[in-house]
Amino acid sequence: MERLRRSMLFMPGNNPGMLQDAAVLGADSIILDLEDAVSLTEKDSARILVREAIKTIDYSQVEVVVRVNPLDTEFGPHDVEVIARVKPDTLMIPKANEEAIKLADKMLDQIEIEEGYLAGSIKLIALIETALGLENVYNVIQASKRMVGVLLGGEDLTSDLGIERTKEGEEIFYARNKVATACRALKVDSIDTPFTDTDDFEGLAMDTAKAKSLGLTGKSAINPRQIEIIHSVLAPTEAELKHALRILEAMEEAEKEGKGVFSLDGKMIDAPVINRARTTAELGQRLGLIER
Amino acid sequence: MKSIKTILDRELPDYIDGYGEVKPFQGAFSDGGIKTRKAVKLTSVTPYDRKVLANLEQVYDKLNMKDGMTISFHHHLRNGDHVLNMVVEGLAKRGIKDLTIAASSIFPVHAPLVEHMKSGVVTGIVANYMSGPVPEAISRGELKKPAIMQTHGGRPRAIESGDLHIDVAFIAAPTADTYGNINGVYGKSACGTLGYAISDAEYADKTIAITDNLVPYPACPIEISQVFVDYVVQVESIGDPKGIVSGTTKITKDPVALIIAKMAAEVIKASGLVKNGMSFQTGAGGTSLAVAAGLKDIMKREGVVGSFAAGGITGYLVEMLEEGLFKTLFDVQCFDFKAIESYRNNARHQFMSASMYGNPHTKGAVVNNLDIMILGATEIDTEFNVNVTTSSNGVIMGGSGGHSDTAAGSKLAIVVTNLMKARLPMIKDKVTTITTPGENIDVVVTERGIAVNPRRMDLIEKLSRTNLPLVTIGELKTMAEKITGVPKAVRNSEKIVAVVEYRDGSVIDVVRGSRDTSSAMRSSCQTRALILDA
Amino acid sequence: MKITKVAKAGTLESNDILIMVMPNESGKVELELESIVMQQFGDVIEQVILHKVKDMGVEGITIKAQDKGALDYTIGARVETAIKRAM
Repeated sequence: MERLRRSMLFMPGNNPGMLQDAAVLGADSIILDLEDAVSLTEKDSARILVREAIKTIDYSQVEVVVRVNPLDTEFGPHDVEVIARVKPDTLMIPKANEEAIKLADKMLDQIEIEEGYLAGSIKLIALIETALGLENVYNVIQASKRMVGVLLGGEDLTSDLGIERTKEGEEIFYARNKVATACRALKVDSIDTPFTDTDDFEGLAMDTAKAKSLGLTGKSAINPRQIEIIHSVLAPTEAELKHALRILEAMEEAEKEGKGVFSLDGKMIDAPVINRARTTAELGQRLGLIER
Repeated sequence: MKSIKTILDRELPDYIDGYGEVKPFQGAFSDGGIKTRKAVKLTSVTPYDRKVLANLEQVYDKLNMKDGMTISFHHHLRNGDHVLNMVVEGLAKRGIKDLTIAASSIFPVHAPLVEHMKSGVVTGIVANYMSGPVPEAISRGELKKPAIMQTHGGRPRAIESGDLHIDVAFIAAPTADTYGNINGVYGKSACGTLGYAISDAEYADKTIAITDNLVPYPACPIEISQVFVDYVVQVESIGDPKGIVSGTTKITKDPVALIIAKMAAEVIKASGLVKNGMSFQTGAGGTSLAVAAGLKDIMKREGVVGSFAAGGITGYLVEMLEEGLFKTLFDVQCFDFKAIESYRNNARHQFMSASMYGNPHTKGAVVNNLDIMILGATEIDTEFNVNVTTSSNGVIMGGSGGHSDTAAGSKLAIVVTNLMKARLPMIKDKVTTITTPGENIDVVVTERGIAVNPRRMDLIEKLSRTNLPLVTIGELKTMAEKITGVPKAVRNSEKIVAVVEYRDGSVIDVVRGSRDTSSAMRSSCQTRALILDA
Repeated sequence: MKITKVAKAGTLESNDILIMVMPNESGKVELELESIVMQQFGDVIEQVILHKVKDMGVEGITIKAQDKGALDYTIGARVETAIKRAM
């Protein structure tokens, strides 16, 4: 079954205490960060520590994502070289553009062969945080078959655009919309930029709700305390679940009567609606919100 | 001298020098039945007598202080206390030796006791909780007689029964009047309730009020009555307010602790005990407060009104009282300013003496009425026995406090703890020191799994209907060891440095001397050097 | 293989270990270990450090380690980093 990717929690890669606890903090995915969370003088230290952590720690409950350094720096390719060999689930490529993704893809091809891993088993997530990356997001996603999602990096993006980053997030409306759309078109996950005020839980809930309403499928977190709220906002509401179940019931009825299409509450229910209902119901089951 | 065993399979000598005959622990409720409160001899006071003395020297003269006496103190001034050091210093200067200090708790501020231990001024200590240089020195064997560690409920039991005879009780009094009426709510060193001083005042041969706020007669309110007090003396300061209360105690921000707290709240919910009339108690630590916060959310959501919350009271519990979540609070000690203020002003914030709180040999202690108790631990073993007395290195760094009392009385005793602390697994085959017996511990909640005592099939049934990660205690241990590796057993010396008494006065365990005390509170310890041929 | 300079890796934070390495004259492997869990894990920590040094084929090295409860994977990582920095 497809992994849930509602929340992705950033963890500094050079901090052993946090690496050890990462799997129990409740996030669906953990991002072991070799980039922004690690100072320049400690890049080597973090790389080796994360490598050893992945080899030793039981991360079976979560998706292990490693954010390597940008591939056009001295650190990036070295990160990929070392980390890919211990088979994380996913590599996150910052400042993502087509070139970087293609390079990562090629490196991974080679490493998978050398290490005897199943071809394509290591996935990629593109961190879209530049104007160029955003405009070209469709092609960036397509640049590799390994692509499973896009993370929108709001801080760096607004910096690149020379505009202010705000809590309300109006300035990233286009970016969220574009990323959500492109990801939907290419059937990959779209993860929203983190909410940086870790003491403002109401703001976090609103921000996450906004992302959900624009079609983003998950949200990144920079503090474990944010995870519970993110999950509860992204979970199907009771109303959504009831509606989904009604649709599925009506569908079963219709099938019994040999009908191909049917209507509910005066609206015609066709395949896309049924699919969405199924996804919602499945998510509800997985989250324990409804019985099987 | 022969070896005897407790019901928990701990081997003890049947007699310990400096302590006496050892009554081995036979079960949490094995010692019930008829009990006697001792008779107290007192010197009656006539209308012509005056109680106020000019200074402590006069007190010592009048009392004819001698070698070998047992003097007692309460710990309501916590790490801001001046009185214990003041009195012991004063007695040392007079050449008094061989004193036994019965202090309900000892803090780092009492460090001067270490020198007095070395010089023989102090040869015995009785306490419910100890932290800082004093227990470290005791662990090194620097106290002549084994220290006696009691519980918050067991100490008043010992005092009231006569097991612990107090020659002089020195009561630090934030407010005292000229006839010895005492309260703790007014004065520059206000500390709130004086729950741990009551039995001392009532049963000591002599009771002295030491105050920095002498008021004209009569004081109001009166927590300790004039009928128990022999003399009153005023000093410059009985304590430092900064050390007395901790400002406001705050909920932890540690993400793992918050996860543990959330799981504990879910356990409480699933237990079915969250309903109108429920009662609750928790420690003052950051994680415990987080559990209280979780419980508060559940109570609010379900519109539950509890009967009482008890124990050491923090501002957080005061808020719950004020929001109508509990009908009343039972306060044995105030932890912060908010608690002191509430106790002073709110009739629903009630007083509870240590005896009323947890003495097992009365006609019923408050712990017997407790539904839910949240506890900590330094170690737990696969029989659910809990250690809160020593660190994993065997050094004394705590003590039961109210741990054993509340675990015994409550319907649901939950231990919340990380699975590991800096590479040390919290779950062991045998704890270094048994403080609270496993029969009273119902659930252990860690971030990686929850273990229920097999005695509680009812709880296991209820909890398996939830999504909580239920495992056996053995599985928790294995989980931890898989991550940390299996720790080597720590070897201590043979010398018994402390006797751990259960609430009923039986001995549940002993503490043997430690070779290494520096790692108890601080970072690095032994060093080893190794030279190898490559 | 010999290291050529002094280097360190790790921190004194909880769950970490601070490793300092320097070349020595004796040609042997010398280890000075301080740990908050010396009694329970001193032997194991020693083994992990020496094993990593051996694996990397290094001789003539003095290691000073200050452990704050690091797990084996952290110890190995910090030793490896320190040695690589000292090449």
